[in-house]
Amino acid sequence: MTPGIQASFTKRFAGGPVIRVENLCTGGNGSTITVLFGPSGSGKTTMLRCLAGLERPEEGTIQFDGEIWFDSGMGKSVPVQRRNIGFVPQDYALFPHLNVADNIAYSLHGLAAMEKQSRVVETMRWLGLNGLEQRLPGELSGGQQQRVALARAVVRRPRLLLLDEPLSSLDTPTRQRLRGELRSLLLQLGIPTILVTHDQLEAAALGDQLVVLDQGRMLQTGPVADVINRPANLAVAAIVGTETVLLGHVTRVSDGLATVTVNGFELTALAESLPPGANAVHLCIRAEDVILLQNGGAPASARNRLSATVLALAPEGPLMRIELDCGFPLKALLTRQACDELALKAGASVVALIKAPHIHLISFNR
Amino acid sequence: MTTDEWQIVAFTAGMAVLSTALILAPGVALAWCLARLRWRGKSLVETFVALPLVLPPVVTGLVLLKLFGRRGPIGHWLYSEFHLDVVFTWRAVALALAVMSFPLLVRTARSAIEEVNPALEQIARTLGAGEWRVFFTITLPLAKRGLLAGTLLAFARALGEFGATIMVAGNIPGVTTTLSTDIYQLVQLGEDSHAWVLAGISLALAFAALWVSEWLQRRRKT
Repeated sequence: MTPGIQASFTKRFAGGPVIRVENLCTGGNGSTITVLFGPSGSGKTTMLRCLAGLERPEEGTIQFDGEIWFDSGMGKSVPVQRRNIGFVPQDYALFPHLNVADNIAYSLHGLAAMEKQSRVVETMRWLGLNGLEQRLPGELSGGQQQRVALARAVVRRPRLLLLDEPLSSLDTPTRQRLRGELRSLLLQLGIPTILVTHDQLEAAALGDQLVVLDQGRMLQTGPVADVINRPANLAVAAIVGTETVLLGHVTRVSDGLATVTVNGFELTALAESLPPGANAVHLCIRAEDVILLQNGGAPASARNRLSATVLALAPEGPLMRIELDCGFPLKALLTRQACDELALKAGASVVALIKAPHIHLISFNR
Repeated sequence: MTTDEWQIVAFTAGMAVLSTALILAPGVALAWCLARLRWRGKSLVETFVALPLVLPPVVTGLVLLKLFGRRGPIGHWLYSEFHLDVVFTWRAVALALAVMSFPLLVRTARSAIEEVNPALEQIARTLGAGEWRVFFTITLPLAKRGLLAGTLLAFARALGEFGATIMVAGNIPGVTTTLSTDIYQLVQLGEDSHAWVLAGISLALAFAALWVSEWLQRRRKT
Protein backbone atom coordinates (compact mmCIF):
# COMPACT_ATOMS: atom_id res chain seq x y z
CA MET A 1 0.00 0.00 0.00
CA THR A 2 1.34 3.39 -0.97
CA PRO A 3 0.14 6.01 1.50
CA GLY A 4 -1.39 9.27 0.31
CA ILE A 5 -2.67 10.16 -3.14
CA GLN A 6 -1.38 8.38 -6.23
CA ALA A 7 -2.92 9.90 -9.31
CA SER A 8 -2.50 10.01 -13.08
CA PHE A 9 -5.42 11.30 -15.09
CA THR A 10 -6.63 13.55 -17.89
CA LYS A 11 -9.51 15.99 -17.71
CA ARG A 12 -10.75 18.03 -20.66
CA PHE A 13 -12.74 21.19 -20.26
CA ALA A 14 -14.46 23.30 -22.87
CA GLY A 15 -12.50 26.54 -23.16
CA GLY A 16 -9.69 25.49 -20.80
CA PRO A 17 -6.39 23.66 -21.12
CA VAL A 18 -6.36 19.84 -21.08
CA ILE A 19 -5.43 18.87 -17.57
CA ARG A 20 -2.86 16.12 -17.37
CA VAL A 21 -1.82 14.79 -14.01
CA GLU A 22 1.16 12.48 -14.27
CA ASN A 23 2.18 10.51 -11.25
CA LEU A 24 1.04 12.90 -8.59
CA CYS A 25 2.11 11.53 -5.20
CA THR A 26 1.47 13.29 -1.92
CA GLY A 27 3.76 11.76 0.69
CA GLY A 28 2.21 9.43 3.19
CA ASN A 29 3.33 11.21 6.34
CA GLY A 30 0.19 12.29 8.19
CA SER A 31 0.98 15.97 8.31
CA THR A 32 2.36 16.48 4.80
CA ILE A 33 1.01 19.61 3.14
CA THR A 34 1.22 19.44 -0.65
CA VAL A 35 0.75 22.70 -2.50
CA LEU A 36 -0.54 22.78 -6.06
CA PHE A 37 0.95 26.06 -7.23
CA GLY A 38 0.51 27.84 -10.53
CA PRO A 39 -0.96 30.90 -12.23
CA SER A 40 -4.74 31.20 -12.52
CA GLY A 41 -6.09 29.06 -15.31
CA SER A 42 -3.39 26.44 -14.83
CA GLY A 43 -5.93 23.80 -13.80
CA LYS A 44 -5.18 23.61 -10.06
CA THR A 45 -8.78 23.84 -8.92
CA THR A 46 -9.94 21.27 -11.47
CA MET A 47 -7.26 18.86 -10.25
CA LEU A 48 -8.42 19.34 -6.68
CA ARG A 49 -12.05 18.79 -7.67
CA CYS A 50 -11.11 15.59 -9.51
CA LEU A 51 -9.35 14.32 -6.39
CA ALA A 52 -12.42 15.22 -4.32
CA GLY A 53 -14.74 13.42 -6.71
CA LEU A 54 -16.62 16.57 -7.68
CA GLU A 55 -15.38 16.25 -11.27
CA ARG A 56 -14.85 13.06 -13.19
CA PRO A 57 -11.65 12.75 -15.25
CA GLU A 58 -11.92 11.34 -18.79
CA GLU A 59 -9.30 8.72 -18.11
CA GLY A 60 -6.73 7.62 -15.58
CA THR A 61 -6.61 6.43 -12.00
CA ILE A 62 -6.77 8.00 -8.56
CA GLN A 63 -5.84 6.00 -5.48
CA PHE A 64 -5.72 6.97 -1.86
CA ASP A 65 -3.84 4.86 0.67
CA GLY A 66 -3.93 2.06 -1.87
CA GLU A 67 -7.73 2.27 -2.23
CA ILE A 68 -9.03 2.89 -5.75
CA TRP A 69 -11.10 6.09 -5.89
CA PHE A 70 -11.25 6.35 -9.64
CA ASP A 71 -10.28 4.03 -12.46
CA SER A 72 -11.53 4.77 -15.96
CA GLY A 73 -10.48 1.31 -17.17
CA MET A 74 -12.62 -0.42 -14.55
CA GLY A 75 -15.36 2.17 -14.91
CA LYS A 76 -15.08 2.78 -11.18
CA SER A 77 -15.60 6.09 -9.38
CA VAL A 78 -16.14 6.21 -5.63
CA PRO A 79 -18.81 8.88 -4.99
CA VAL A 80 -17.66 11.98 -3.15
CA GLN A 81 -19.79 11.04 -0.11
CA ARG A 82 -17.74 7.92 0.47
CA ARG A 83 -14.24 9.32 -0.04
CA ASN A 84 -14.31 10.81 3.46
CA ILE A 85 -12.50 14.00 2.57
CA GLY A 86 -12.70 17.51 3.93
CA PHE A 87 -13.09 20.08 1.18
CA VAL A 88 -12.83 23.84 1.67
CA PRO A 89 -13.70 25.79 -1.50
CA GLN A 90 -12.34 29.22 -2.29
CA ASP A 91 -15.45 31.11 -1.17
CA TYR A 92 -15.94 28.72 1.81
CA ALA A 93 -19.56 27.97 0.74
CA LEU A 94 -20.95 28.10 4.27
CA PHE A 95 -24.63 27.17 4.40
CA PRO A 96 -26.26 30.61 4.69
CA HIS A 97 -29.41 29.33 6.42
CA LEU A 98 -27.61 27.42 9.17
CA ASN A 99 -25.87 28.96 12.16
CA VAL A 100 -22.19 28.32 12.85
CA ALA A 101 -22.79 25.32 15.13
CA ASP A 102 -25.17 23.68 12.63
CA ASN A 103 -22.77 24.35 9.75
CA ILE A 104 -19.98 22.62 11.65
CA ALA A 105 -22.22 19.73 12.78
CA TYR A 106 -23.50 19.06 9.24
CA SER A 107 -21.17 16.14 8.57
CA LEU A 108 -21.91 14.53 11.95
CA HIS A 109 -25.36 13.38 10.82
CA GLY A 110 -26.15 10.03 12.42
CA LEU A 111 -24.00 10.52 15.51
CA ALA A 112 -25.61 10.60 18.94
CA ALA A 113 -26.54 14.13 20.02
CA MET A 114 -24.05 14.10 22.91
CA GLU A 115 -21.15 12.98 20.73
CA LYS A 116 -22.11 15.53 18.08
CA GLN A 117 -22.25 18.33 20.61
CA SER A 118 -18.90 17.48 22.19
CA ARG A 119 -17.16 17.25 18.80
CA VAL A 120 -18.55 20.62 17.70
CA VAL A 121 -17.54 22.25 20.98
CA GLU A 122 -14.08 20.72 20.82
CA THR A 123 -13.49 21.84 17.22
CA MET A 124 -14.84 25.33 17.86
CA ARG A 125 -12.64 25.75 20.89
CA TRP A 126 -9.61 24.53 18.97
CA LEU A 127 -10.20 27.12 16.23
CA GLY A 128 -11.11 29.92 18.64
CA LEU A 129 -14.71 30.16 17.50
CA ASN A 130 -16.34 30.06 20.94
CA GLY A 131 -19.29 32.36 21.34
CA LEU A 132 -20.14 32.37 17.63
CA GLU A 133 -22.36 29.24 17.78
CA GLN A 134 -25.63 31.06 17.02
CA ARG A 135 -24.29 33.46 14.38
CA LEU A 136 -25.29 33.08 10.75
CA PRO A 137 -22.44 32.99 8.21
CA GLY A 138 -23.45 36.43 6.90
CA GLU A 139 -22.66 37.89 10.33
CA LEU A 140 -19.05 36.67 10.39
CA SER A 141 -15.81 38.33 9.29
CA GLY A 142 -13.81 36.78 6.45
CA GLY A 143 -11.29 35.23 8.82
CA GLN A 144 -14.07 33.76 11.00
CA GLN A 145 -15.79 32.34 7.92
CA GLN A 146 -12.55 30.69 6.90
CA ARG A 147 -12.17 29.04 10.29
CA VAL A 148 -15.81 27.88 10.31
CA ALA A 149 -15.27 26.33 6.87
CA LEU A 150 -12.15 24.59 8.16
CA ALA A 151 -14.00 23.41 11.28
CA ARG A 152 -16.86 22.03 9.17
CA ALA A 153 -14.37 20.17 6.94
CA VAL A 154 -12.32 18.60 9.74
CA VAL A 155 -14.90 17.90 12.47
CA ARG A 156 -15.57 14.37 11.25
CA ARG A 157 -11.83 13.66 10.97
CA PRO A 158 -11.51 13.12 7.24
CA ARG A 159 -8.67 11.07 5.75
CA LEU A 160 -7.60 13.85 3.40
CA LEU A 161 -8.08 17.59 3.48
CA LEU A 162 -8.42 19.60 0.26
CA LEU A 163 -8.21 23.41 0.41
CA ASP A 164 -8.85 25.61 -2.62
CA GLU A 165 -7.11 29.01 -2.30
CA PRO A 166 -7.81 29.05 1.44
CA LEU A 167 -6.71 32.65 1.97
CA SER A 168 -7.48 34.38 -1.31
CA SER A 169 -10.89 35.80 -0.39
CA LEU A 170 -9.51 37.57 2.71
CA ASP A 171 -8.27 41.14 2.97
CA THR A 172 -4.50 41.57 2.97
CA PRO A 173 -3.84 42.05 6.72
CA THR A 174 -6.01 39.04 7.63
CA ARG A 175 -4.32 37.00 4.93
CA GLN A 176 -0.86 37.82 6.26
CA ARG A 177 -1.91 36.91 9.80
CA LEU A 178 -3.58 33.65 8.82
CA ARG A 179 -0.76 32.51 6.55
CA GLY A 180 1.35 31.46 9.50
CA GLU A 181 -1.60 30.42 11.65
CA LEU A 182 -3.05 28.08 9.04
CA ARG A 183 0.10 26.01 8.69
CA SER A 184 0.36 25.37 12.41
CA LEU A 185 -3.35 24.45 12.56
CA LEU A 186 -2.89 22.00 9.70
CA LEU A 187 0.17 20.46 11.34
CA GLN A 188 -1.74 20.04 14.63
CA LEU A 189 -4.50 18.21 12.75
CA GLY A 190 -2.11 15.67 11.28
CA ILE A 191 -4.38 15.07 8.28
CA PRO A 192 -2.57 14.94 4.92
CA THR A 193 -3.52 18.10 3.08
CA ILE A 194 -3.53 19.23 -0.53
CA LEU A 195 -3.82 22.95 -0.97
CA VAL A 196 -4.20 25.08 -4.09
CA THR A 197 -2.75 28.56 -4.40
CA HIS A 198 -1.53 31.03 -6.99
CA ASP A 199 0.32 33.09 -4.37
CA GLN A 200 4.03 32.38 -4.10
CA LEU A 201 4.30 33.58 -0.50
CA GLU A 202 1.41 31.33 0.47
CA ALA A 203 2.96 28.34 -1.28
CA ALA A 204 6.27 28.88 0.50
CA ALA A 205 4.69 29.55 3.90
CA LEU A 206 2.17 26.72 3.93
CA GLY A 207 3.63 23.82 2.01
CA ASP A 208 6.05 20.95 2.50
CA GLN A 209 5.79 19.65 -1.04
CA LEU A 210 5.34 21.91 -4.03
CA VAL A 211 3.80 20.89 -7.34
CA VAL A 212 4.24 23.62 -9.96
CA LEU A 213 1.53 23.69 -12.62
CA ASP A 214 1.10 25.57 -15.85
CA GLN A 215 -1.40 25.11 -18.68
CA GLY A 216 -2.78 21.99 -17.05
CA ARG A 217 0.60 20.27 -16.73
CA MET A 218 2.80 19.40 -13.77
CA LEU A 219 6.15 21.10 -14.38
CA GLN A 220 8.09 20.24 -11.24
CA THR A 221 7.48 18.46 -7.95
CA GLY A 222 9.64 18.48 -4.84
CA PRO A 223 10.22 19.96 -1.40
CA VAL A 224 9.25 23.65 -1.36
CA ALA A 225 12.76 25.05 -0.88
CA ASP A 226 14.19 22.85 -3.64
CA VAL A 227 11.64 23.92 -6.21
CA ILE A 228 11.88 27.61 -5.35
CA ASN A 229 15.69 27.71 -5.23
CA ARG A 230 16.36 25.25 -8.03
CA PRO A 231 13.63 25.54 -10.69
CA ALA A 232 13.92 22.76 -13.29
CA ASN A 233 13.36 25.10 -16.22
CA LEU A 234 12.61 28.68 -17.18
CA ALA A 235 8.84 28.21 -16.99
CA VAL A 236 9.10 27.10 -13.36
CA ALA A 237 11.55 29.93 -12.62
CA ALA A 238 8.99 32.39 -13.99
CA ILE A 239 6.13 30.87 -11.96
CA VAL A 240 8.03 30.73 -8.68
CA GLY A 241 9.10 34.32 -9.30
CA THR A 242 12.88 34.06 -9.66
CA GLU A 243 13.76 37.74 -9.93
CA THR A 244 16.97 37.58 -11.95
CA VAL A 245 17.32 35.21 -14.89
CA LEU A 246 20.43 35.71 -17.05
CA LEU A 247 21.86 34.09 -20.12
CA GLY A 248 25.49 32.86 -19.85
CA HIS A 249 28.13 30.47 -21.15
CA VAL A 250 30.02 27.90 -19.11
CA THR A 251 33.75 28.50 -19.65
CA ARG A 252 35.22 26.13 -17.07
CA VAL A 253 34.12 23.38 -14.69
CA SER A 254 36.45 22.24 -11.92
CA ASP A 255 36.10 20.98 -8.33
CA GLY A 256 32.32 21.04 -8.63
CA LEU A 257 32.31 24.74 -9.48
CA ALA A 258 31.31 26.21 -12.82
CA THR A 259 32.66 29.47 -14.15
CA VAL A 260 30.03 31.19 -16.25
CA THR A 261 30.47 34.28 -18.40
CA VAL A 262 27.60 36.77 -18.48
CA ASN A 263 28.04 39.84 -20.67
CA GLY A 264 31.82 39.50 -20.29
CA PHE A 265 31.65 39.17 -16.48
CA GLU A 266 32.67 35.92 -14.79
CA LEU A 267 30.44 34.36 -12.15
CA THR A 268 30.97 31.21 -10.08
CA ALA A 269 28.17 28.76 -9.40
CA LEU A 270 27.77 25.15 -8.24
CA ALA A 271 28.02 22.76 -11.17
CA GLU A 272 25.92 20.00 -9.60
CA SER A 273 22.80 20.43 -11.73
CA LEU A 274 24.71 20.80 -15.00
CA PRO A 275 24.76 17.93 -17.47
CA PRO A 276 28.28 17.16 -18.77
CA GLY A 277 29.27 19.30 -21.72
CA ALA A 278 26.60 21.94 -21.06
CA ASN A 279 27.54 25.27 -22.56
CA ALA A 280 24.69 27.77 -22.82
CA VAL A 281 22.93 28.15 -19.46
CA HIS A 282 20.36 30.29 -17.69
CA LEU A 283 21.46 31.67 -14.32
CA CYS A 284 18.71 32.07 -11.70
CA ILE A 285 19.37 34.37 -8.75
CA ARG A 286 16.73 35.08 -6.11
CA ALA A 287 16.66 38.70 -4.93
CA GLU A 288 16.80 37.76 -1.22
CA ASP A 289 20.12 35.93 -1.84
CA VAL A 290 21.90 39.10 -3.00
CA ILE A 291 23.93 40.93 -0.32
CA LEU A 292 24.93 44.59 -0.73
CA LEU A 293 28.01 46.27 0.75
CA GLN A 294 29.20 49.84 0.74
CA ASN A 295 31.67 50.52 -2.01
CA GLY A 296 35.16 49.22 -1.15
CA GLY A 297 33.81 47.20 1.77
CA ALA A 298 35.66 44.46 3.60
CA PRO A 299 36.72 41.18 1.98
CA ALA A 300 34.04 38.47 2.07
CA SER A 301 33.73 34.75 1.56
CA ALA A 302 31.17 35.02 -1.21
CA ARG A 303 32.58 33.85 -4.56
CA ASN A 304 30.89 36.55 -6.59
CA ARG A 305 31.74 40.16 -5.88
CA LEU A 306 30.34 42.66 -8.35
CA SER A 307 30.55 46.44 -8.64
CA ALA A 308 27.04 47.72 -9.12
CA THR A 309 25.08 50.91 -9.58
CA VAL A 310 21.65 51.34 -7.95
CA LEU A 311 19.05 52.03 -10.64
CA ALA A 312 15.81 52.14 -8.66
CA LEU A 313 14.28 51.32 -5.26
CA ALA A 314 10.70 50.20 -4.65
CA PRO A 315 9.19 49.49 -1.22
CA GLU A 316 7.54 46.09 -0.76
CA GLY A 317 6.00 45.72 2.70
CA PRO A 318 8.83 45.80 5.27
CA LEU A 319 11.34 45.23 2.47
CA MET A 320 12.85 47.25 -0.34
CA ARG A 321 13.29 45.88 -3.83
CA ILE A 322 16.41 47.25 -5.52
CA GLU A 323 17.31 47.19 -9.18
CA LEU A 324 21.04 47.13 -9.88
CA ASP A 325 23.28 47.36 -12.90
CA CYS A 326 26.43 45.21 -12.63
CA GLY A 327 27.04 45.07 -16.35
CA PHE A 328 23.87 43.04 -16.42
CA PRO A 329 20.61 43.64 -14.56
CA LEU A 330 20.35 42.22 -11.02
CA LYS A 331 17.61 42.53 -8.40
CA ALA A 332 18.11 42.52 -4.63
CA LEU A 333 15.65 42.45 -1.72
CA LEU A 334 16.75 44.20 1.50
CA THR A 335 15.11 45.32 4.71
CA ARG A 336 14.37 49.03 4.90
CA GLN A 337 16.79 49.42 7.82
CA ALA A 338 19.58 47.94 5.69
CA CYS A 339 18.77 50.40 2.91
CA ASP A 340 18.88 53.29 5.37
CA GLU A 341 22.19 52.18 6.88
CA LEU A 342 23.75 51.87 3.43
CA ALA A 343 22.17 55.21 2.45
CA LEU A 344 21.01 53.63 -0.79
CA LYS A 345 19.54 55.83 -3.46
CA ALA A 346 19.37 55.79 -7.22
CA GLY A 347 22.82 56.33 -8.71
CA ALA A 348 24.75 55.07 -5.64
CA SER A 349 27.69 52.73 -6.21
CA VAL A 350 27.69 49.51 -4.16
CA VAL A 351 29.18 46.05 -4.14
CA ALA A 352 26.86 43.07 -4.68
CA LEU A 353 27.78 39.70 -3.18
CA ILE A 354 26.31 36.38 -4.27
CA LYS A 355 27.42 33.04 -2.85
CA ALA A 356 28.12 30.37 -5.45
CA PRO A 357 25.35 28.01 -4.20
CA HIS A 358 22.82 30.83 -4.67
CA ILE A 359 23.32 30.90 -8.41
CA HIS A 360 21.23 28.12 -9.89
CA LEU A 361 22.15 27.01 -13.41
CA ILE A 362 19.62 25.65 -15.91
CA SER A 363 21.17 24.02 -18.94
CA PHE A 364 19.96 25.50 -22.18
CA ASN A 365 19.93 22.54 -24.56
CA ARG A 366 17.83 20.08 -22.61
CA MET B 1 -74.46 35.78 1.25
CA THR B 2 -76.69 32.76 0.82
CA THR B 3 -75.82 29.21 1.85
CA ASP B 4 -75.50 28.31 -1.84
CA GLU B 5 -72.93 31.02 -2.34
CA TRP B 6 -71.01 29.87 0.74
CA GLN B 7 -71.12 26.32 -0.53
CA ILE B 8 -69.66 27.36 -3.89
CA VAL B 9 -66.89 29.43 -2.27
CA ALA B 10 -65.98 26.58 0.07
CA PHE B 11 -66.08 24.02 -2.75
CA THR B 12 -63.91 26.13 -5.07
CA ALA B 13 -61.36 26.93 -2.36
CA GLY B 14 -61.32 23.29 -1.29
CA MET B 15 -60.76 22.09 -4.85
CA ALA B 16 -57.98 24.67 -5.32
CA VAL B 17 -56.30 23.50 -2.11
CA LEU B 18 -56.69 19.85 -3.12
CA SER B 19 -55.35 20.34 -6.64
CA THR B 20 -52.39 22.38 -5.35
CA ALA B 21 -51.63 19.72 -2.76
CA LEU B 22 -51.78 17.04 -5.45
CA ILE B 23 -49.29 18.74 -7.77
CA LEU B 24 -46.91 20.00 -5.08
CA ALA B 25 -44.65 16.96 -4.73
CA PRO B 26 -44.55 15.93 -8.41
CA GLY B 27 -44.23 19.58 -9.47
CA VAL B 28 -41.24 20.25 -7.19
CA ALA B 29 -39.67 16.92 -8.18
CA LEU B 30 -40.01 17.75 -11.88
CA ALA B 31 -38.70 21.28 -11.25
CA TRP B 32 -35.65 19.76 -9.56
CA CYS B 33 -35.04 17.40 -12.49
CA LEU B 34 -35.30 20.33 -14.91
CA ALA B 35 -33.04 22.56 -12.82
CA ARG B 36 -30.37 20.09 -11.77
CA LEU B 37 -30.16 17.19 -14.23
CA ARG B 38 -29.25 16.93 -17.87
CA TRP B 39 -31.28 14.31 -19.66
CA ARG B 40 -32.55 13.34 -23.06
CA GLY B 41 -35.94 14.77 -23.97
CA LYS B 42 -35.72 17.48 -21.30
CA SER B 43 -36.76 20.28 -23.64
CA LEU B 44 -39.64 18.16 -24.90
CA VAL B 45 -40.95 17.64 -21.38
CA GLU B 46 -40.44 21.33 -20.63
CA THR B 47 -42.54 22.33 -23.64
CA PHE B 48 -45.20 19.76 -22.85
CA VAL B 49 -45.53 20.99 -19.26
CA ALA B 50 -45.80 24.61 -20.41
CA LEU B 51 -48.52 23.84 -22.97
CA PRO B 52 -51.53 24.55 -20.71
CA LEU B 53 -50.16 28.09 -20.25
CA VAL B 54 -50.65 28.98 -23.91
CA LEU B 55 -53.21 26.48 -25.16
CA PRO B 56 -56.84 27.67 -24.97
CA PRO B 57 -58.05 26.17 -21.66
CA VAL B 58 -61.03 24.78 -23.51
CA VAL B 59 -58.65 22.67 -25.63
CA THR B 60 -56.88 21.35 -22.53
CA GLY B 61 -60.33 20.55 -21.13
CA LEU B 62 -61.27 18.75 -24.32
CA VAL B 63 -58.12 16.61 -24.20
CA LEU B 64 -58.83 15.75 -20.55
CA LEU B 65 -62.41 14.93 -21.42
CA LYS B 66 -61.28 12.47 -24.11
CA LEU B 67 -58.60 10.90 -21.87
CA PHE B 68 -60.71 10.57 -18.73
CA GLY B 69 -64.15 9.88 -20.20
CA ARG B 70 -65.44 6.36 -19.64
CA ARG B 71 -64.42 5.43 -23.18
CA GLY B 72 -61.08 7.27 -22.99
CA PRO B 73 -57.91 5.28 -22.30
CA ILE B 74 -57.40 6.47 -18.71
CA GLY B 75 -61.08 6.84 -17.81
CA HIS B 76 -61.85 3.34 -19.08
CA TRP B 77 -59.07 1.83 -17.01
CA LEU B 78 -60.12 3.75 -13.88
CA TYR B 79 -63.72 2.63 -14.28
CA SER B 80 -63.00 -1.03 -14.98
CA GLU B 81 -60.34 -1.36 -12.25
CA PHE B 82 -61.70 0.84 -9.46
CA HIS B 83 -65.23 1.68 -10.57
CA LEU B 84 -64.16 5.33 -10.54
CA ASP B 85 -65.88 8.01 -12.57
CA VAL B 86 -63.93 11.18 -13.21
CA VAL B 87 -65.64 13.24 -15.86
CA PHE B 88 -68.49 15.50 -14.61
CA THR B 89 -67.64 14.79 -10.95
CA TRP B 90 -65.67 16.77 -8.34
CA ARG B 91 -62.65 14.67 -9.36
CA ALA B 92 -62.74 16.26 -12.80
CA VAL B 93 -62.74 19.72 -11.18
CA ALA B 94 -59.61 18.84 -9.16
CA LEU B 95 -58.02 17.33 -12.29
CA ALA B 96 -58.69 20.40 -14.44
CA LEU B 97 -57.40 22.79 -11.76
CA ALA B 98 -54.29 20.63 -11.22
CA VAL B 99 -53.40 20.44 -14.91
CA MET B 100 -53.96 24.14 -15.44
CA SER B 101 -51.89 25.31 -12.48
CA PHE B 102 -49.10 22.71 -12.84
CA PRO B 103 -46.95 24.78 -15.28
CA LEU B 104 -47.01 27.84 -13.00
CA LEU B 105 -45.81 25.78 -10.06
CA VAL B 106 -43.10 24.01 -12.07
CA ARG B 107 -41.76 27.19 -13.63
CA THR B 108 -41.58 29.14 -10.38
CA ALA B 109 -40.13 26.18 -8.49
CA ARG B 110 -37.57 25.57 -11.20
CA SER B 111 -36.19 29.08 -11.08
CA ALA B 112 -36.23 28.98 -7.28
CA ILE B 113 -34.12 25.81 -7.33
CA GLU B 114 -31.82 27.20 -10.01
CA GLU B 115 -31.11 30.18 -7.76
CA VAL B 116 -29.63 27.90 -5.09
CA ASN B 117 -25.86 27.89 -5.51
CA PRO B 118 -24.91 24.36 -6.65
CA ALA B 119 -21.58 24.75 -4.82
CA LEU B 120 -23.50 24.52 -1.53
CA GLU B 121 -25.02 21.22 -2.61
CA GLN B 122 -21.60 19.95 -3.67
CA ILE B 123 -20.10 20.85 -0.30
CA ALA B 124 -22.92 19.00 1.44
CA ARG B 125 -21.99 15.92 -0.61
CA THR B 126 -18.32 16.21 0.39
CA LEU B 127 -19.57 16.22 3.98
CA GLY B 128 -21.16 12.82 3.41
CA ALA B 129 -24.75 13.82 2.65
CA GLY B 130 -26.67 11.68 0.14
CA GLU B 131 -28.93 13.21 -2.51
CA TRP B 132 -32.09 13.14 -0.35
CA ARG B 133 -30.38 14.78 2.58
CA VAL B 134 -28.84 17.41 0.28
CA PHE B 135 -32.30 18.18 -1.09
CA PHE B 136 -34.10 18.39 2.24
CA THR B 137 -31.40 20.21 4.23
CA ILE B 138 -29.88 22.52 1.60
CA THR B 139 -31.89 22.89 -1.62
CA LEU B 140 -35.36 22.96 -0.09
CA PRO B 141 -34.72 25.45 2.73
CA LEU B 142 -32.81 27.78 0.42
CA ALA B 143 -35.48 27.62 -2.30
CA LYS B 144 -38.31 27.86 0.26
CA ARG B 145 -39.32 31.39 -0.62
CA GLY B 146 -39.68 30.70 -4.34
CA LEU B 147 -41.39 27.37 -3.77
CA LEU B 148 -43.96 29.02 -1.52
CA ALA B 149 -44.56 31.75 -4.07
CA GLY B 150 -45.04 29.12 -6.77
CA THR B 151 -47.50 27.21 -4.59
CA LEU B 152 -49.59 30.31 -3.91
CA LEU B 153 -49.49 31.25 -7.57
CA ALA B 154 -50.74 27.79 -8.51
CA PHE B 155 -53.47 28.07 -5.87
CA ALA B 156 -54.56 31.48 -7.18
CA ARG B 157 -54.61 30.17 -10.74
CA ALA B 158 -56.73 27.19 -9.66
CA LEU B 159 -59.26 29.49 -7.95
CA GLY B 160 -60.07 31.23 -11.22
CA GLU B 161 -59.97 28.29 -13.64
CA PHE B 162 -62.89 28.24 -16.07
CA GLY B 163 -62.34 26.82 -19.56
CA ALA B 164 -60.91 23.42 -18.78
CA THR B 165 -63.26 22.95 -15.82
CA ILE B 166 -66.41 23.58 -17.82
CA MET B 167 -65.30 21.10 -20.51
CA VAL B 168 -64.33 18.21 -18.30
CA ALA B 169 -66.52 18.78 -15.22
CA GLY B 170 -69.42 20.73 -16.62
CA ASN B 171 -71.47 23.03 -14.43
CA ILE B 172 -73.62 20.78 -12.26
CA PRO B 173 -75.04 22.76 -9.33
CA GLY B 174 -73.90 21.38 -6.01
CA VAL B 175 -71.57 18.90 -7.72
CA THR B 176 -69.07 20.63 -10.00
CA THR B 177 -70.04 24.28 -10.00
CA THR B 178 -67.13 26.57 -9.09
CA LEU B 179 -66.98 30.33 -8.61
CA SER B 180 -66.06 30.96 -12.25
CA THR B 181 -68.60 28.62 -13.80
CA ASP B 182 -71.31 29.95 -11.50
CA ILE B 183 -70.53 33.58 -12.37
CA TYR B 184 -70.80 32.66 -16.06
CA GLN B 185 -74.10 30.91 -15.42
CA LEU B 186 -75.53 33.81 -13.39
CA VAL B 187 -74.66 36.36 -16.06
CA GLN B 188 -76.29 34.11 -18.67
CA LEU B 189 -79.44 34.10 -16.54
CA GLY B 190 -79.28 37.87 -16.10
CA GLU B 191 -78.68 37.63 -12.32
CA ASP B 192 -75.91 40.21 -12.42
CA SER B 193 -76.15 41.23 -8.78
CA HIS B 194 -75.46 37.67 -7.65
CA ALA B 195 -72.64 37.42 -10.16
CA TRP B 196 -71.08 40.56 -8.69
CA VAL B 197 -71.08 39.13 -5.20
CA LEU B 198 -69.21 36.07 -6.39
CA ALA B 199 -66.87 38.18 -8.51
CA GLY B 200 -66.07 40.23 -5.42
CA ILE B 201 -65.28 37.08 -3.46
CA SER B 202 -63.04 35.84 -6.29
CA LEU B 203 -61.21 39.11 -6.27
CA ALA B 204 -60.74 39.01 -2.51
CA LEU B 205 -59.42 35.43 -2.55
CA ALA B 206 -57.01 36.04 -5.45
CA PHE B 207 -55.84 39.26 -3.88
CA ALA B 208 -55.23 37.56 -0.54
CA ALA B 209 -53.26 34.69 -2.11
CA LEU B 210 -51.02 37.05 -4.10
CA TRP B 211 -50.61 39.46 -1.23
CA VAL B 212 -49.59 36.73 1.21
CA SER B 213 -47.13 35.42 -1.38
CA GLU B 214 -45.58 38.89 -1.80
CA TRP B 215 -45.53 39.45 1.95
CA LEU B 216 -43.76 36.15 2.58
CA GLN B 217 -41.14 37.00 0.00
CA ARG B 218 -40.55 40.44 1.47
CA ARG B 219 -40.30 39.04 4.98
CA ARG B 220 -37.66 36.51 3.88
CA LYS B 221 -35.55 39.22 2.31
CA THR B 222 -35.31 41.42 5.37
